[in-house]
Amino acid sequence: MSYAVGGSGFLNNLGRIYAIYTGTFAAFVVLIGILEWMGVPSKILGYLYIFLTIGVYALIGVLSRTAEVSEYYVAGRAVPAFYNGMATGADWMSAASFIGMAGSLYFGGYGGLAFVLGWTGGYVLVSILMAPYLRKFGQFTVPDFFGARYGGNLARSLAVIVLIMASFTYVVAQIVGVGVITARFLEMDYKLACFVGLIGILVCSLLGGMKAVTWTQVAQYIILIIAYLIPAVVMSFKLTGVPIPQLMYGFALEKIEALEKTLNVAQGHSSAFVDARGNYSATAMWNYFALILCLMVGTASLPHILMRYFTTPSVRQARDSVAWSLFFIFLLYFTAPAYAAFAKLEVYQNLIGTPIDKLPGWVATWGRPGLALVGACDAANAAQIFPICTGVRGNGDGILQLNEFRIHTDAIVLATPEIAGLPYVITGLVAAGGLAAALSTADGLLLAIANALSHDVYYKMIDPTADTKRRLILSRVLLLVVAVIAAWTAGVLGADILFLVSWAFSIAASGLFAGLVLGIWWKRCGNASGVAGVAVGFAVCMFFLVATEFYGPWVKSAMSWMGDIQIVKIRGRDVAYIWGINNISVGIFGIPAAFLAQWIVGRFSEPASQDMQDFIDSIRVPAGEVKNIEGAAAH
Amino acid sequence: MATKLTKDQMQAYWGKTSSLMWTILALWFFFSFVIHFFAPTLNGIRIFGFPLGFYMAAQGSLIAFLLMCFYNAKAQNAIDEEFGVSDE
Repeated sequence: MSYAVGGSGFLNNLGRIYAIYTGTFAAFVVLIGILEWMGVPSKILGYLYIFLTIGVYALIGVLSRTAEVSEYYVAGRAVPAFYNGMATGADWMSAASFIGMAGSLYFGGYGGLAFVLGWTGGYVLVSILMAPYLRKFGQFTVPDFFGARYGGNLARSLAVIVLIMASFTYVVAQIVGVGVITARFLEMDYKLACFVGLIGILVCSLLGGMKAVTWTQVAQYIILIIAYLIPAVVMSFKLTGVPIPQLMYGFALEKIEALEKTLNVAQGHSSAFVDARGNYSATAMWNYFALILCLMVGTASLPHILMRYFTTPSVRQARDSVAWSLFFIFLLYFTAPAYAAFAKLEVYQNLIGTPIDKLPGWVATWGRPGLALVGACDAANAAQIFPICTGVRGNGDGILQLNEFRIHTDAIVLATPEIAGLPYVITGLVAAGGLAAALSTADGLLLAIANALSHDVYYKMIDPTADTKRRLILSRVLLLVVAVIAAWTAGVLGADILFLVSWAFSIAASGLFAGLVLGIWWKRCGNASGVAGVAVGFAVCMFFLVATEFYGPWVKSAMSWMGDIQIVKIRGRDVAYIWGINNISVGIFGIPAAFLAQWIVGRFSEPASQDMQDFIDSIRVPAGEVKNIEGAAAH
Repeated sequence: MATKLTKDQMQAYWGKTSSLMWTILALWFFFSFVIHFFAPTLNGIRIFGFPLGFYMAAQGSLIAFLLMCFYNAKAQNAIDEEFGVSDE
């Protein structure tokens, strides 16, 4: 028996090991609480949180170092369903989910729930359409499936291109998230913070690949879920007397609706499909459904998520694992709307109409220069105290009006502990949770990119005779290179690229979904159809993305045959909205295009060979060997 | 462990698996889209303070998704065992 990470002793005692870990972490939080009570400044507490948690991740990373290919790529296929569910939860929930989503719900109300639905419902598709079959297929990467199913390197290369396009923008956004959190809590330069974050990411994954990332992600999930739930529970207790936020925020919604009437807010928080004036809007509805579709189908196509189901010991556990993944994700997502409702109630009830000199302390804390997340913009010179107030003209009557209040999306989660009257130790905990969320997602994405390059491009296409040692060294070098490029991009472009995250879902959905689903469920479709599906879906998606975003006026004049096209000024550009649909949901063009192309070409080109059809039969059934075909040879 | 399925058995196995998939896909479609079409109307009903339309998008559909995933795992395992092709 080996108690090394990933050894049999470790795997047989997972429950006990992670229970001890959780207990130790709780003790650590209590210790920081004591330090705070003794008067240690909050900046030092922030350093303790960030460096100790990264230290733990690094320790797990070092203990999980491996020289075995299957451990490096698929964690030795030894991750039980329950723990793979937790790891997937951390892999899935990014800085955007942890810090940003509650803020989007604060501003968007019902409209923001498209994210809650879109980022959960996709797991049903993963469960019924792909995870068990990809697990049975039993290779290392998602492009492996395309290579084997659609006859080799052309399909494989296209899948690699889609994978890199979707995952790279996403990983840059995660490093931005890490940089923002680190910069804020350590009062450090943002660009430097991006590289500190980079170290946090690399220590987890560099030595142990998927194996290290898996066991770190489980540890990160535990921290992020504790950090997310505590402030909401306390807030719920403070406002309603019952510590179950998910149940109690209904009453907050009721009060918000009453206050909206007195404050003359036309667009009600819980009203569905209304425009800014409070009237029913079909465009709002179509945008809502388009976004849900793109996010769900994107979920079922993102390689860093799908490859997590390559790591379970069996097909049966892969299926169970999808359900556990959704359970662990659900815990956070059904709490997020509570954050939004409680924060809104606090603002409407206790802030608006209050004299500026009597505002609660958290407004000043989170509004000061350096953080600049909140602002009470009443006085003419308010921008000197609250930088976020720049450009807002208050009436200067000494009382905060609704239109004089400014709050940044990120502030909803970050400031809730203080709004609930909790000490700094909990604020720091939330920052550590946000960091865990961003780091774990970044690790999963980086590994997906580096593995596609080292396994699919190098080993499968350039040098199939390379030995294990060479492959693993190359994997690590590529991981390092991709990570540095991503951190550099994040440092240079900063937070302006965050909108790209939603694009990643549309890109993955358009490029990969049809090929994956039809490859498993339509036995007769041949090589050409798969290539056509990926190529057309990806091309259509990219065309609409680039055209609507950067050539809006051209789209309006040249593509008017498509119907109604509006020009909307966002991100400093004239962006075209075709049929009023926001271009983050551009997958609504790419996904059908991919299916259509694959179906047409599949009908009129050579069908899959008998060998290929036998291969598909063999991955449809959990038991037995996978039929050996070209491109899916044993490793 | 399993023996190889005959052609007929394979067809029967995949038939059952497919109908389970289509059933859950239909439920998925209902809880992802259909029910939310009626959100403005459902919002007229309140439970625990929640307008029902809002509740379905914030929690109701999520719970349905979760149940679907656990049900799918269970039902598919039953099919696998019926045909003797479970891999555990």
